[in-house]
Order: sequence, then C-alpha cells, then structure tokens
Amino acid sequence: MAQEITRPTGGQVSRTFDGGAIASTRPLFQPRTDIYETEDSIVVLADMPGVGPDSADITLERRVLTIRGRVPTFEHDRYRQVYAEYGEGDYERVFTVSEDIDRDRIKATQKDGVLILVLPKAEQAKTRKIAVQSS
Amino acid sequence: MLLTQTGRLGWDPFAEIRRMQNEMTRLFADVEARAATQAFPPVNLWVGEDSLVVTAEIPGVAPADLNLTVREDTLTIQGYRALPVETDSVAWHLRERPYGTFSRTVGLPFRVDPDKVQARFTNGVLEIELQRPEADRPRKIEIKAA
Repeated sequence: MAQEITRPTGGQVSRTFDGGAIASTRPLFQPRTDIYETEDSIVVLADMPGVGPDSADITLERRVLTIRGRVPTFEHDRYRQVYAEYGEGDYERVFTVSEDIDRDRIKATQKDGVLILVLPKAEQAKTRKIAVQSS
Repeated sequence: MLLTQTGRLGWDPFAEIRRMQNEMTRLFADVEARAATQAFPPVNLWVGEDSLVVTAEIPGVAPADLNLTVREDTLTIQGYRALPVETDSVAWHLRERPYGTFSRTVGLPFRVDPDKVQARFTNGVLEIELQRPEADRPRKIEIKAA
C-alpha cells in the first residue's frame, strides 16, 4: 500500500534547493498518479509530460518514495503566449510505501511522458498462501 | 492515515472535528483541481506574426493513437488513452490518471493552411505549428500624400 503524504493547497509551491535558498520561482506540480498492486509488485504510473528519460529522478529512502521530473523550458522566439490551460514547471511527489521493497530489482521506465515504476515486493513481504488440509 | 495524539492525553474531543475538517478541505481541493483540468488534453496557444503554435500535454498516448485535423480556423485533437492494466486483476491504491477516448477542438485566432501543418510529439507533449495562408495575411497599405 502506498499513500501520498504531501498535498499542496494551491497546486504549486515555490521550489527550494538543498541550501534552502529559493533558486527559482518556477512552479512545481504534483504529477497525476496511478498506483496498483499485483501479487508480487507495486506499480506506480505518473504523468509527467515534458520529462525526458534522463530528467526523471527517483529515490527510495526507507519507506519514502520521491519522484521528481525536470521539464526543459519551452522556447518560442517570435511567439507570444495568448492562451494557457497548463503551466510549465517541474514535478515532484512523495509517497510512503508500507510494503518491503526489493531495492535491487526496482525498474523505472519513461515513455511518452509517463513514468512507470515497478517496485517488486521483498520475498518475506509476499503474501504466503496457506494450504488448508482436510482431515 | 491521520495521526492524532490521543495516546498521551487520553481522549481528544476535537480529534473527530479536526478529522472532518481535514476531509472537507481535501474533498474541495479535489473538486477544484478537477474542474480546472476537465478539458483533456490541456492546451497552450502561442501566436507569431503569421503562424501559430499549439502545445498540448498528452502523456501516455502513443503518437500512432493521435489524430489531428485542421479545418479553416479550428484544430481537433483526438486520441485514445489505454488503461495501463486489466483493472480486475490488481488492487488499486490510487487512480488519478484519465483514460479512454478524448476529443478536443480548439478555435484558432485565424484561418490556417491545412497543407502547412507541422506536428511533433516529444515526451508526452504535442507541438503543432500552423501557418496562416498567404492570401489571408494582413497587408500593409501605403498612404500616399496628396
């Protein structure tokens, strides 16, 4: 089971780097995410349009899973923006994972702006089937 | 999910009220967020001198499943977003991503030439460049002094 632990109120927050100083005023978005569990793994799918395969950053520290994605700035010389339904910015989202994960076998792929993360459950965390014997 | 400090203090009469308040805040935050992003895909529009750029965020759709049509001053983006997995076979913990067929028609500020449309799809972002037809371009008119 994975659950979200942060939820910004306004949809975007200002970004701070490790030093604590505000490095940029670019908005930060929470990617829309699907999480499902199969018998032996937890799969996380996060919509991060604009994020290339090399620009996603995933960390799992103890039970805290952090997904980050950097979006290159969209340059349009000689153009001015007249209408906007989405903002440009980076992505970040944090989840807690309550299952033990086999860290060595985590697989991450990025395709068409979607991050697919497969977190295999550790052997001991897998549900054991107990056979009931009839007497 | 919600942690209240009842262990040390014993029964907390306000815990339930706080919990409800949190639930309500969360509920309305969701409604607001969904209403704002209901149109799928969201588009941005850029205008140049004689051309236009439309960008749309369409993550998770293969370029082959996207259909673009241009007619005079409208642009239609159609496509299909497949479910990632058979829904019955797994346990869902979170489901926020939309799926299914979508169609979006965008009104453009001027007529465009359907033969001069360029579209690129990179990392889930669709970028369409459209040109104004030669005949429709505004012409500068010299004013002669009498």
